[in-house]
Amino acid sequence: MTTEKIEPIKKVSIVVSRGSLEGVYPGLIMANGARMEGIEATLFFTFFGLHAVIEEKMDKLKVATVGNPAMCVPTAMGPGLPTWMGAIPGMSWFATSMMKKEMEKLDIPPVREFIEMIHDAGCEIYACKATVDMFHLTKKDFCPQVDAVISVGEFYEKSAGAQIIFT
Amino acid sequence: MATKEIAGKTIELDADGNLAKLTDWNEAVAKELSKEEGIEQLTDRHWAVINYMRKEFTEKGDAPSIRKLTKESGVDTKELYQLFPKGPAKKAARIAGLPKPKGCI
Repeated sequence: MTTEKIEPIKKVSIVVSRGSLEGVYPGLIMANGARMEGIEATLFFTFFGLHAVIEEKMDKLKVATVGNPAMCVPTAMGPGLPTWMGAIPGMSWFATSMMKKEMEKLDIPPVREFIEMIHDAGCEIYACKATVDMFHLTKKDFCPQVDAVISVGEFYEKSAGAQIIFT
Repeated sequence: MATKEIAGKTIELDADGNLAKLTDWNEAVAKELSKEEGIEQLTDRHWAVINYMRKEFTEKGDAPSIRKLTKESGVDTKELYQLFPKGPAKKAARIAGLPKPKGCI
């Protein structure tokens, strides 16, 4: 048995690697929740997760209806959506608008407003250099809340003393 | 239930250390609670947040989300975090004599 006192979490470093609506929100909610609790937070967007901070893309993120066996209609407890139906044109648009409506009811802001809120709350926001190079992006393609484009090494430096959470 | 002497009154606290009863709250209690939270002086801006939270709680039964708070109280996110460093929603709710907010946002 250890007698060591369990320390509360002081700092988190959250990696967002997916670009679907349901891939982006958990990281944003965790980052915002951390700041609300007085925990230091850093967000690092990589691969398709970058779409959440690209000016042209961030307002157009969609729920992935293909390859998601948990997808149910019309609500989470409804019957499962046959996976092939997820590919029907308009299905992703429909699921996205349903989810956005439910989120608005819970006062969860749209991605752009959420990123602004999280940044104003003192969370640092970074984009992954390897992906930026691979996608031929520049700093100009990002929303103003992106503090810098950094390498994975710098990400680890900035995460010193933090719990790293990969989403 | 734990009790504590705050501003000359014996006050019941809940499990989180927040006031158990809304009616035990007054400005003197708020001032003492704010000192416990590391805020030396409650300014007009602090009061704008505290009064808005109490009003919302009385009307809706839960403390407002930060998003709602910043949209309706006139205090924006940056200022809110400056006024109540290290956990604005939780701290402001405690100083306002309310239970810990239940929401995630």
